[in-house]
Formats: sequence, structure tokens, C-alpha cells
Amino acid sequence: MKLKPKLAISDSGFIFDPSTGESYSLNEEGLIIVQFLKEGKNEEEIKEHFLNEYDIDETTFSRSYLDFISMLKHFNLIEHE
Amino acid sequence: MNKKLCIAVSGLNATDNPGPGIPVARSLRESEAFSDAKIIGLAYENLEPGIYMPGIVNKTYQVPYPSVGSENLLQRIEYIHEQENIQVIIPNFDAELHAFITNEKRLNDKGIATFLPTLQQYEERHKANLPAFGKKHNVLVPKSITIASANDIHKIRKEFVYPVLIKGKFYDAYVAFNEEQALMHFNKISSKWGVPVIVQEFIRGTEVNVIALGDGKGNTYAAVPMRKLYITDKGKAWSGISIDDDKLLKLTYQIIDSTKWRGGMELELIKTNDNKYYLLEINPRIPAWVYFAVGVGQNIPETLVKLALNMPAEPFTTYNVGTMFIRYSWDLIVPMEQFQILSTTGELEKN
Repeated sequence: MKLKPKLAISDSGFIFDPSTGESYSLNEEGLIIVQFLKEGKNEEEIKEHFLNEYDIDETTFSRSYLDFISMLKHFNLIEHE
Repeated sequence: MNKKLCIAVSGLNATDNPGPGIPVARSLRESEAFSDAKIIGLAYENLEPGIYMPGIVNKTYQVPYPSVGSENLLQRIEYIHEQENIQVIIPNFDAELHAFITNEKRLNDKGIATFLPTLQQYEERHKANLPAFGKKHNVLVPKSITIASANDIHKIRKEFVYPVLIKGKFYDAYVAFNEEQALMHFNKISSKWGVPVIVQEFIRGTEVNVIALGDGKGNTYAAVPMRKLYITDKGKAWSGISIDDDKLLKLTYQIIDSTKWRGGMELELIKTNDNKYYLLEINPRIPAWVYFAVGVGQNIPETLVKLALNMPAEPFTTYNVGTMFIRYSWDLIVPMEQFQILSTTGELEKN
């Protein structure tokens, strides 16, 4: 899964899509996921990070992760595969 | 450079339906080539803010509306030319474009240059002619028909699936979700703007706009795509952001190449979710948000004047992406004397 290549992502969690002019705000966890996706990490690697760093079980993470990814797809922030 | 150049601009209204005259004058003031030019304002109303704003025009002349006859307007322009020796006119008011386009030679013979689309370019991009325009220039356009009478409202049901857009030939557009609403909008628009009224397929997506400049030979000298962020109840952009959209720019180059467009233009398009672009309208002049193009690196009025005067000009190839503009309103305090001079003499010197 790849993020749209031209997305501008700031450290504060502000995303700007230059092709549409749309902007979005992420919370801390959303920003971590987006940065990992930008680095090319897959779901397993991202899950491992969250299970190690946060008090969260695997099922809850997977559900939230899928929700978040479907939102990125909805806003066309994921490149079509 | 060109210290004695005299450029006339119209459209000095900066209301909630703003004209491009003030940003055009501002762009010229900030240009490298024409910052010292004398800028003459042509005002149709004596309360157009650009007449009184400091640092915009050097002098304003009142001119008659083209609706009273283009001959009156032309004679007034010729009188102003005798006083000021105008080298270039940039008309910014929709209703006057036809008069300036059809009298281009007469103005040229007097030494006044314009840089406007040809009459054919102007006519073929009319809203009512959009389907033929799309076919001729290979551009997607929404399906549309024209209707001239309330009796024709029933035709909509046969041709379209509601909702549809009901549009005036010059201004105004409303969404109609059923026949009753279509009739209501038809009556409102036809009483204001006359017939025909255009019925257009409603395309879902995001509205995007491009300001562009063509040299009349098929070359694009400037193009900046923008998405409106805030739209007034009159549908005007109150805020916008420059976007990076290669497909949209290529479409702009294609339209300018195919039409051999001369002059400034604004393309209004809908980008659908599956990345198709439908052309809704071509405004055949510089739009009111032209100063935004200057702000992102393309001084379109400066290049337009250069092209009008056959001066060397370079096409713009880049602009800053992700820059915003936000309009604001501002109360200007005007001494009664200025209003009085303009109202009684039809002229007002600003400096």
C-alpha cells in the first residue's frame, strides 16, 4: 500500500494534497501510521510497533487500522494499486 | 521602462460580484515592465471602489454602458484617447467584450491595442454552444439543451435524470431536483437574463478553475489551476488554493492549442471522482482572481500587455503550489469632493 507520492506531511500532523488542494489533520497515532506508510512499512511492521508501544490488543488495533486505511482510501490519499 | 505607457482598464467594482479591473491594475503596478505606466480606469458606475482606492488608477473616466449602444462607448473611448493617448485597453466587464472585440480594428487604427479573443472564439464558447464546442475541441462537457419557453420544461424529463442545473446565458445557475423547481428557476433566470435558458446535466465532483493566457497562435503563456475553498452565495471565489494537477494543465494547453485562444480566459471545470474533467464554462476574459496568479508567480496582465504591444514575452512554466488567497472587505473613507467631481465632470484624477 502506497501513499500518494506528492503528499506534504508536516511533523504536526497536517497533510496537504497538492493535486486537489485538500488538507487534513491527523492525531498522533494517525501521523505515525502515515509516516510508516511513507517509509514503505507494511501492516505487520506497523502492528508490531503499536502492540509494543501502546496498551492495545491485536484485534482492536487491526479494526482501527482498517478503519483508518479505508478513510485514507476514501480521501484518495492512497495510490491506486 | 515604458514610463509613458498608458493602459486603460475597466471593471473597477470590488463588490461581492467583483470585477477584475482592480487586480489587473494592481498586477500592472507590481510588474517589472509597467510599474510606471499611467493606468486609466473606465467606470460604468460612480461608486465603483477602484475609482477611489489609493494606488490603483491614476485617473478615472466614466463610460456609458454598452447596452446603450457600442457607438456611444467607442466615442467616449476615443475622447479619452485624445486626452490620454491610451496604448492598451484591457476590458474586464463581460457586457462590453463584444463591443471591444467587434471594434478591434477601429481601436487599432487609432493606436489602441487590445488582446482579446476573436469574435469566433468568443461566440463558440458561449454556454449555449458548449456541446458543439466540446465536440469540436475534444473536451468533455456536460450534456445540455437550451429552452426558450416555460412550455419546454417537460423536455427535461425526457432528456435528463434530475437533478439538473438551470443556467442563465450570462450569469446564475441553480440546481433543480424536480420539474417544479426547474420551472421556478427558469422563470427567475429568464426574467433577469432573458432566454435561452440552459439546462445542463449535473456532474458530481469538485469544481476546479484555471486562469490562462493564450497568444492567439495556440501557445499557452500562462496557466494556474485553483480550487475554490470558500464560495460566496453568488458563486464567487472568496478564497482559493493553487493546485498541482498535470492533467488539468494538459487539458488547458489542449484547449488553447485547439482554439488558438487569444487573451486571458478562465476555465471552469468539474473533476469527477474517477478523474475526468468536464468543462462547464469558458469566461473569455481575465477573472477577478487574477492577482492570485501574480502571487504564485505568473503576472498575466503584464504578459498580456506585452503580447498586445508585440513586445518580447516569455511563457510562464511554473507557479507555487499550495498557496492560498483570501479576499476581504475594507471600508474606504472617501471625501465627498471626489465623488462630486466624478459625478459632475465624469472624470477624477487621483494623483
